[in-house]
Amino acid sequence: MIVPIAYYLVLSAILFSVGVMAFLIKRNIITVFMSIELMLNAVNLAFVAFAHQWHRVSGQIFVFFVMVVAAAEAAVGLAIIIAIFRTRNTLDVDQVDLMKL
Amino acid sequence: MTSSLHLWLIPLVPFAGFLVNGLLGRRFPKALVTAVAFIATLIPFLQVASIALHFSSLTLPYTENVAPWIAAGGFHADFAFSLDQLTLIMLLVVTGVGFLIHIYSAGYMAHEEGYWRFFAYLNLFMFFMLTLVLAENFLLMFVGWEGVGLASYLLIGFYFTKDSAAKAGKKAFVVNRIGDVGFLLAMFLLIAHFGTLSFGEIFSQVGQHPEWQGGFLTAIALFLILGATGKSAQIPLYVWLPDAMEGPTPVSALIHAATMVTAGVYMIARAHAIFDRSPFALSTIAIIGTATALFAATIGLVQTDIKRVLAYSTVSQLGYMFLACGVAAYSSGIFHLLTHAFFKALLFLSAGSVIHALSGEQDMRMMGGLRKKIPITFWTMTAAVFAISGFPPFAGFFSKDEILYQAFISPNPLGKLLWFVGLLTAGLTSFYMFRLWYLTFFGESRAQAAAHDDHGHGHGVHESPWIMLAPLVILAILSVIGGWVGVPEALGGHAEIAHFLSPVTGPAHEAAEGGNSMELLLAAVSVAVALTGWFFAHLMYFAKPELPAQIASKVRGLYLLLLNKYWIDELYGAVIVTPLLLISRYVLKGLFDTGVITGGGLAMGYTAQGLGSLVQRVQSGNIRSYAGWLALGAAALLLLTYFGFGTHLLFR
Repeated sequence: MIVPIAYYLVLSAILFSVGVMAFLIKRNIITVFMSIELMLNAVNLAFVAFAHQWHRVSGQIFVFFVMVVAAAEAAVGLAIIIAIFRTRNTLDVDQVDLMKL
Repeated sequence: MTSSLHLWLIPLVPFAGFLVNGLLGRRFPKALVTAVAFIATLIPFLQVASIALHFSSLTLPYTENVAPWIAAGGFHADFAFSLDQLTLIMLLVVTGVGFLIHIYSAGYMAHEEGYWRFFAYLNLFMFFMLTLVLAENFLLMFVGWEGVGLASYLLIGFYFTKDSAAKAGKKAFVVNRIGDVGFLLAMFLLIAHFGTLSFGEIFSQVGQHPEWQGGFLTAIALFLILGATGKSAQIPLYVWLPDAMEGPTPVSALIHAATMVTAGVYMIARAHAIFDRSPFALSTIAIIGTATALFAATIGLVQTDIKRVLAYSTVSQLGYMFLACGVAAYSSGIFHLLTHAFFKALLFLSAGSVIHALSGEQDMRMMGGLRKKIPITFWTMTAAVFAISGFPPFAGFFSKDEILYQAFISPNPLGKLLWFVGLLTAGLTSFYMFRLWYLTFFGESRAQAAAHDDHGHGHGVHESPWIMLAPLVILAILSVIGGWVGVPEALGGHAEIAHFLSPVTGPAHEAAEGGNSMELLLAAVSVAVALTGWFFAHLMYFAKPELPAQIASKVRGLYLLLLNKYWIDELYGAVIVTPLLLISRYVLKGLFDTGVITGGGLAMGYTAQGLGSLVQRVQSGNIRSYAGWLALGAAALLLLTYFGFGTHLLFR
């Protein structure tokens, strides 16, 4: 059975929107981080769906790139989170607002 | 003679002296500074002397192209030096008198602060003056021309902690700039018409076109005259020279009497091929010169500062040289330049010796009775006074008479009038010089004993040391015999200097039939006039010392007019300087600078600041607010692409 592409895209859109909302609402940095991963994977889903639809391999390749970048981002981001927690004893993004005038 | 004369060494050696003394002199002992400065002027003098000795074996004019300088399209100006009869005379005057004044300065400045600085500047002056004299094109001459102005500025303002000296230096510099504008414009016209600034090329082009009369040559000549009036202190730009007396006395002797101020005369004689084609320009020079001679002499009659009398006398004598150039008797002008360099340098140096003897006193009313106390200075000064007053056989007699005679026989319709004014001026010259002589050396001493201590000597009136007297004696001898190189034929001489210069300046006017007796008569008249001047000076300042005050009170208006120098400084101040200052201060600074430039800058700054304070709220530092804006923007873009508010916004 063939699932129509619209299904995948709707699912991707829902996942992305959830990610965005979580990013805006959540205060814990780790949760924010996870919502970013969610958005990235929603995009990956759309890529894979299109690749399948049009029988092109480039979409798959993009997904690999996105995963690589996500992995790198996770490594750096988690390191930053640990550094913030060590120095400020908090993971609340609203407390980390020194970069303003 | 094919081997190089190495003319470039002549200016370069003093420049090396300037560099050594200027950069290192502060740490040198005085003896070493003196030695460097002496050697740097002695070498050029010896070189010039050796050139002069085998001068007859040279092919003239001798030019030496040292290096290319400016080349732009078809135009080029090089570091080129040239030597001819005129140059040689100037070189001898500059290096000879310059060296004597260096010697004198070592004695005069011995107790002054900044000894090394003084000699560095003197050497710098020598460098620029020799460049000016040796230059083969107008541009290199202009370098020297500006450079001597710079050296003059530095030396007038030598006592820069004294406000009046600093101001006098500034005045000299600014007034000279006005003349330099004329020189520059003349050079632009020369380039436009000849495509070159080289003396040789320009004058040969002029020579090949006898049809060029007046026209643009008059324009060039008039601009050159403006330049010459600035440098040679003629009306209307003479005002800086009397103030230049703020400088040390050897400077006044070297720069403001013997050499630099004669640069204008030298330039006119050098460029005479242009002036010869413009009778209007020649008449202008003659009138300027004669008017200046009379004008400055009348001011000199009543001045009381010994150096100021000499300054006005210099202006007056330069007027004579201009008169000579104006009647196309360039060799007579150069002859007077030569003799004037001797006796005016001597007058200044003797005055310096008097000032030194009186520990800094310059007011002649405070002098008197110095004849017995400083006899050598007295005798040298006497030689100079007789020379400038025009008594035979002293130097000034021959050169001044030559000028007056040339004016008298000149074809210029004004010739007789010029001669008469010149004669009158000769009488005035004789009067004020003998006035100075009597006031300084005769009668009772009017010096105040209390004034002696402030100069650091404190041992009363004293004769100067030999290092100062030796140059005086040499110059005194030259003031006596210096005129013998140009004894006119009417007096049994051969007018050597006119013949010597004739390859450069062209033949002098040939006297008409019976000219000799005419010349003799004129000479007798001018001696009589000089004697009259002496007689009145004797009457007023020796026989009846109370007479001057009586006359002054009788013609009080005239006396004040002369004493205040015709209020020319005040007039220039009111007509030119004050409006310029007011415009600068209120229109340019107040309105334009503060209003437009500063105001515009502030307005732009405040605008940017206001805008910034409006949008700085966006940067809260809160990550979630940034994310919110980001999401909002992304959503807006999405909506835009989806619905498309205009086709141009679509991503295609």
